[in-house]
Amino acid sequence: MHISEGVLSPAVLGGGAGLAVMGTAIGLKKLDYEAIPRVAILSAAFFVASLIHVPVGPVGLHLVLNGLMGLLLGWVAVPAILIALFLQALLFQFGGLTVLGVNTVVMAAPAVFCFYAYRGLLRRPGTAAAVGAFACGATAILLSGLLVAVALITTGQSFLEVAELVLLAHIPIMIIEGIITLFIFLFFQKVRPEMLEGIYA
Amino acid sequence: MSPIQEPFADGVSLAHRLDPRGKIVVAGLFAVSVAVAQTYATALAGLALALVCLALARLPLKKVGARLLVVNAFIFFLWFILPLTYPGDAVWQFGPFTVSRQGLLYTGLITLKSNTIVIALIALIATAPVNTLGQALQRLRLPDKLCHLLLFTYRYLHVLELEFQRLVQALKIRGFHPGTNLHTYRTYAYLAAMLLVHSCDRADSVYRAMLCRGFHGKFYSLRIFSWQPRDRVFGAVSLLALAALLYLEWRGAGPL
Repeated sequence: MHISEGVLSPAVLGGGAGLAVMGTAIGLKKLDYEAIPRVAILSAAFFVASLIHVPVGPVGLHLVLNGLMGLLLGWVAVPAILIALFLQALLFQFGGLTVLGVNTVVMAAPAVFCFYAYRGLLRRPGTAAAVGAFACGATAILLSGLLVAVALITTGQSFLEVAELVLLAHIPIMIIEGIITLFIFLFFQKVRPEMLEGIYA
Repeated sequence: MSPIQEPFADGVSLAHRLDPRGKIVVAGLFAVSVAVAQTYATALAGLALALVCLALARLPLKKVGARLLVVNAFIFFLWFILPLTYPGDAVWQFGPFTVSRQGLLYTGLITLKSNTIVIALIALIATAPVNTLGQALQRLRLPDKLCHLLLFTYRYLHVLELEFQRLVQALKIRGFHPGTNLHTYRTYAYLAAMLLVHSCDRADSVYRAMLCRGFHGKFYSLRIFSWQPRDRVFGAVSLLALAALLYLEWRGAGPL
């Protein structure tokens, strides 16, 4: 869910931009020059994966996968998500320039949080890791929804109902993202376990 | 047809020929000044300026309109709720719902601001190819790593999209029909996972190829940005226009 230009108050925009700059600085510090191609190509893959529309009843929801991105990249997910959102603003005019900071925080903060929160669970074998993978995908979306709601409500109390609806709309996405993240995790475990080495570091 | 395109980047208009560094700075300042505006006067003046930029860019209006329509989806959703929930004088009542005058004005202002910024961004930023923007951002002293990330991500966007379409085609050939069931979700998950696995393999070979060619953390660009007289005029006029916007906002202080 991208917040459009011109909706949020200056204080929220400024706060989001500040947090995004800090997160990006940390992420860039942890990013070596030799890792740039890997991170960039993964980021492009996530961008393309977000074009997949998953049918849920009559509507199609597009994948977000920010939980998985956090899992694979840790703090580096922040600059990767910033770039992906910047490209979306450039190519599709989704989101925008002044809301880039807020939108980055909305997507990237849950990614980093999930990385640290579920890393321990995902290292364990069997069902525990599967539960962790589902929870990782679902929690990331839940937190994103909550952050959007917080950004809207701090802009003005009149956005309360809008924020509630946005949060409600995130519930089906949460479940789908949990399931998809779970299957992707199981696939990586079987096919390419070295892609998951970030959670063991 | 590929959804990842830059339909506005090619052209010979004045907006296309301006130095991208100047355009980025002006577009950023303009977007911020309109985003913080609280009065209709500022927003309308901003819209006029954005339309002037759009006219200078001579873009196909049909495509711009189509883009704006998509962008307004969120705004459209706001129109259904904000006028009903914003406190103020009632102008219209049906059943339990009350539409307030202030709510209508507020939603109108948001719509105006949102479209103004997007039009300006289309006219100023989308008229430069992403590669050029990446190099311009580097000259504007953004962190090197961030610019490399941008250039690389954009470079591989199309490659991975082709990869993605190849995988989707393979699914279709095998008679895959999406529905609301676990099989669909598992298939899509494996599709995304396969895309990520392929992308990792590709990243490895790309990096090795770069090392073979002597990469040591720097991209050399043959593009030279030159600050022409027309850029000076554009910069000066833009600064005056921005100052006028800020003056309008300051004079008409107070919401609505």
